[in-house]
Amino acid sequence: MSFSINSNVSDVAEVGKVATIHLTGELDSLSARLFQKEIEKIALESPKDLVLDMENLSFMASAGLRVLIFSKQKIGPSLNIYIVKPQEPIVDTLEKTGLLHSVTIVDSYPS
Amino acid sequence: MATIQDKSINDIRIDYYPTHEHQGMKFRRGHALPFGAATVPNGVNFSISSSAATACTLVLFDRGADKPYAEIPFPEEFRVGDVYCMIVFDLDVERLEYGYRMDGPFAPELGHRFNKDIILSDPYARSLGGRDTWLAEPNWDDVYPYRSRLAFEDFDWENDHPLELPIEDLVIYEMHVRAFTRDPSAKVKNPGTFSAIKSKIKYLKDLGVNCIELMPIYEYDEWENSKPNPVTGEMLVNFWGYSTVNFFSPKAGYAATGKFGMQVDELKTVIKELHKNGIEVILDVVFNHTAEGDHRGHTISFRGIDNKTYYMLTPEGYYFNFSGTGNTLNCNNPVVRNMVLDCLRYWAADYHIDGFRFDLAAILGRAQDGSPLSNPPLLESLAYDPVLAKCKLIAEAWDAGGLYQVGSFPAYGRWAEWNGKYRDSVRKFLKGDEGQVGEMAQRIQGSPDLYFYRGPTASINFISCHDGFTLHDIFSYNEKHNEANGEDNNDGGNDNHSWNCGVEGETDDIEINFLRHKLIKNALSILLVSQGVPMLLMGDEMGRTKKGNNNTYCHDNELNWLDWTLLKKNPDLYTFAERIIKFRKAHPVLRSSTHFTHSDYVGSGYPDISFHGTKAWQMDWSAYNRSFAFMLCGDHAKRGIIKDDMIYVAMNMYWEGLSFELPQLSHDRKWHVFSNTDMPAGEDVSQLGREPLVQNQDHIIVGARSVVILVGK
Repeated sequence: MSFSINSNVSDVAEVGKVATIHLTGELDSLSARLFQKEIEKIALESPKDLVLDMENLSFMASAGLRVLIFSKQKIGPSLNIYIVKPQEPIVDTLEKTGLLHSVTIVDSYPS
Repeated sequence: MATIQDKSINDIRIDYYPTHEHQGMKFRRGHALPFGAATVPNGVNFSISSSAATACTLVLFDRGADKPYAEIPFPEEFRVGDVYCMIVFDLDVERLEYGYRMDGPFAPELGHRFNKDIILSDPYARSLGGRDTWLAEPNWDDVYPYRSRLAFEDFDWENDHPLELPIEDLVIYEMHVRAFTRDPSAKVKNPGTFSAIKSKIKYLKDLGVNCIELMPIYEYDEWENSKPNPVTGEMLVNFWGYSTVNFFSPKAGYAATGKFGMQVDELKTVIKELHKNGIEVILDVVFNHTAEGDHRGHTISFRGIDNKTYYMLTPEGYYFNFSGTGNTLNCNNPVVRNMVLDCLRYWAADYHIDGFRFDLAAILGRAQDGSPLSNPPLLESLAYDPVLAKCKLIAEAWDAGGLYQVGSFPAYGRWAEWNGKYRDSVRKFLKGDEGQVGEMAQRIQGSPDLYFYRGPTASINFISCHDGFTLHDIFSYNEKHNEANGEDNNDGGNDNHSWNCGVEGETDDIEINFLRHKLIKNALSILLVSQGVPMLLMGDEMGRTKKGNNNTYCHDNELNWLDWTLLKKNPDLYTFAERIIKFRKAHPVLRSSTHFTHSDYVGSGYPDISFHGTKAWQMDWSAYNRSFAFMLCGDHAKRGIIKDDMIYVAMNMYWEGLSFELPQLSHDRKWHVFSNTDMPAGEDVSQLGREPLVQNQDHIIVGARSVVILVGK
């Protein structure tokens, strides 16, 4: 399944800037570069929350995980990362590689 | 004004751009150091050395591809000394697999075995592809079966740091990653993996161990020497993993995420989690030989890169076999020595490993011709290395070539040893052999006869380990039963110092089973009150059996897998183990970092340690004696800095009960019973702090083949 990504940044009352990224398909090492570029673009706006819609993402390679870590490092440790409706294998990967505690899994944002 | 700051430094460094092109690949001269493959801006720096190659070619694959997509010969001007180095640009580092072809003479008599038709693994590769999923049938025709890959050193460790617990405070638990949780009774997600260890951290913590020692996790090939069992037809494999393919790569088949190439992250996550729970991680490392075998073995890496450098060779060019496995790594060659050092530094710095246990470490002290060195440079380098300065270094101080250095291993004030003499003395004493009390008195003191200048912390005390019988089997089998290994019961040691208590193997006899449990509790008691560092074998706390097999290296089945239902079957053993571990941790007088002086240097009225027999203050040292007691004075704990209770331990391995006269206590202290292995389950061990008062403060009865521990408080 091919990969697609799109994002937007909006102002949300009482939160501030919220960046939302919709990820679809398989996040492998090549598509991770697109993901990273998107994060770099968003970082310029210094969002408070980063919302990753993964409902339609079926696979994430280690390169994808690294971009998640990269987001925190690029935007800052106070960034809250929300992952919306991740599929089971993705949660599994996040758990085994220790990233699960760095993100919040939600069914929708705002919850 | 335009300033240089407008431009990133990245844009003006000329070494971030290619100068050469070959088959569409762009590259330039690289950096000789570090060895291996390292990411640099815009590319990857490759560096490998060979003292005798005449040419080298870098071979690049896309992940899993049958054929390489590029081969780049190193231009002669890229060679620095013996090192071939180049930076290749625009690689997909996530999907890249790389190897080398080395050209040079094939002249075994001169030590050279070059063959440029073979694609070789990088000895410094940070991860390896090809055995990504445990026992998944590999492509036997693969032109490049063990594929070097990159790993990224950007794991998010947060605030993690190696724990640096004082070694005398450790309770080590020796375990095998796959065997620990592979059995369905473990009831974990992803059984048999690094990740599954996380599910059992609570168990380890409750048991009280604060250090796990992992049997080899460097990449090895479970298919090595695999064969069907001639009797059952079941596949015999290399389960234990004492045969390294690559020293820098974690075993992918141990990772639930190995098939995605995420084993590095998964392992680091487990280590971080263990550290959060106060548990250290020691790796069992095998630097004495490699998986390439002797002259008939496969060429995977070292043999094809620089045979003469990496291996100890006979004058005729054959392999010395001090390891018993075909070859011997040439550890005191300066190039190999540096590789070992680089490797351990990498594991300490990048994986936050707390210590290393060196398999057949006596080999590391042999010269290039095989003779033992009095001042081995490798051991000295490791002892004084700044990166390894806080790591525990533990030697298995013997090898398969007959060098036995327990007590004499070159230690440089740093090295501890697996104390094989502790294991043998305690086993002989426990089964009631005569003539053991003299040696036992040394063993429980941290073996000052062996480690007088090194202190008790040089002694890793153990009664069982992966090699040999489990604690349960020591008291259930007189002889080894290795038929399942397919070698007609000829493999494995015969010096088990074991006793079957009357019946060989499992029995329904209630008395025999009670005796076996009692002997296991005796062993746990002695182990946990001995000075030095105790090490338990995985499962001994629940009566694990390997059915009398003392060499289960080849079994991916119940002979190795920990059966967690034993916790329900033998709850008394678990409770005893858990409480005696807590007892040790609660009493600093049991964990001295210095030897006893046998004198009273704090004015307590008692020496730091005293020995007793059935009469207080009178030890019977005669050869026929099978019992003795010792008392530790709590006022001397940690050289008198901490006040602890008095502790009295009476051990009676005679086949009848004996009355022991108790030493008198001062300051209104009274004797309380912490444990009495002669008592039935439920009454055999107290909860810490709730030890009942001894009714008769003058005498206690120590039952036949029993150990009693008293606390004076």
